Amino acid sequence: MCSLCGILGANEHWADAAEREGVYTRNADPMRRRRERADRVRLANRVLALYGMRLSDWQGVSFVLSTFTGKSEIVEDLGHLWPAAEKLCGRLCDPLARELLEQLDADPG
Amino acid sequence: MPTLVEDVPAFTPVTLLTGFLGSGKTTLLRRLLAGPALGDTAVIINELGEVGIDHLLVERLDDQMVLLKSGCVCCTVRGELATAMRDLHSRRERGAVPPFRRLVIESTGLADPFPVLSTLKADPVLRHHFRAAGVITTVDTVNGMLQLERHIESVRQVAVADVIVLTKTDIAEAAVTARLVARLGTINPSAPLLSAAEASLDAAVLLQSGSGGGFKAIDESAVGMAAHRGVGAFSITVDEPLDWTAFGIWLTMLLNRHGERILRVKGILALAGEERPIAIHGVQHLVHAPTHLSRWPSEDHRSRLVFIVEGIEPDVIRRSFSVFNRLNICPAP
Repeated sequence: MCSLCGILGANEHWADAAEREGVYTRNADPMRRRRERADRVRLANRVLALYGMRLSDWQGVSFVLSTFTGKSEIVEDLGHLWPAAEKLCGRLCDPLARELLEQLDADPG
Repeated sequence: MPTLVEDVPAFTPVTLLTGFLGSGKTTLLRRLLAGPALGDTAVIINELGEVGIDHLLVERLDDQMVLLKSGCVCCTVRGELATAMRDLHSRRERGAVPPFRRLVIESTGLADPFPVLSTLKADPVLRHHFRAAGVITTVDTVNGMLQLERHIESVRQVAVADVIVLTKTDIAEAAVTARLVARLGTINPSAPLLSAAEASLDAAVLLQSGSGGGFKAIDESAVGMAAHRGVGAFSITVDEPLDWTAFGIWLTMLLNRHGERILRVKGILALAGEERPIAIHGVQHLVHAPTHLSRWPSEDHRSRLVFIVEGIEPDVIRRSFSVFNRLNICPAP
């Protein structure tokens, strides 16, 4: 999301940078890109599950974020994920919240 | 003059020159432009008020110099700054101006640097032709302490700096300079401090300040949360290689919720599976594309992250980082 105006799709997200000289990205090699997306979904789901949500890959180009009750939204990248998650579950997704950290610590993964 | 496309970098580096009102930005710019290092540099000067003055003080007024008159740059970025940059790029492509290889934006003294940096990424044309190369912040040694006390803009300008240039050190008392240096160290200990009064002030060093070479790791034990107006710095050092995926999830989640209070994050990362270090730079919600450095700057190959935050306890971020860093570690069966 554009950090100025909130327009979706206006920015390249830093974790999904296009391949170019000097830039670190896992998008250059198709296999590596696919593995990175799978890892991202798996790890994000450890966090999202604590908010009653799950993420899945959508044809290798976007992600689908769903609540356990069936609401869903398409998100483009990590930059869109957390605002969409907060909107969908109606709670703040705060990585500094003590309860969240205690639950992640207790969750064996 | 025809544009030699091969002379133009794929992504023209953009340096932001900021600093509070009267802190010597224009004087520094004038001095830098007089040297050979900025011979192929285009300049955008933003002035506050209806009658521009700063540009009159810069002697080199040519086709590569653009003056924005409509007010503070951070309020006009969606329009005038982006338009000016697009126009410069277009004129370069058409050969209407010499093929400049660098752009310097001098902002008004009251500007928040964040929107300027955002423009580079938000504009669909600019983000394919320009990249942020660093923030140079000038600080008036005589009046700097007072400005930091009274104006949060001044604190933010120091916080986002990749390099800080102290001006007027030649007329400041030694004790005043020492107090200011100590204060700047609490706000942004990772930015190198240079003095404009030094004859040896190297333009090339200044302009490379944001490229990773200027990263000054901070001594974790020496930096507490000696916050100034709630703004303070701390670092996180990690012995083990980091998991990039877990780090990405953590940082995006953190910046989504607390980005306005995380004035600066920068780091050099040792990633699992990568031999060379990765440099990362962020200002509030905005994180630049991570760069692959050619080598480690020192013998210390541990990951180091420096945060400059406003009103967040360092231990809370450290604990969160630690928990998320273990997100990808599967427990033994």
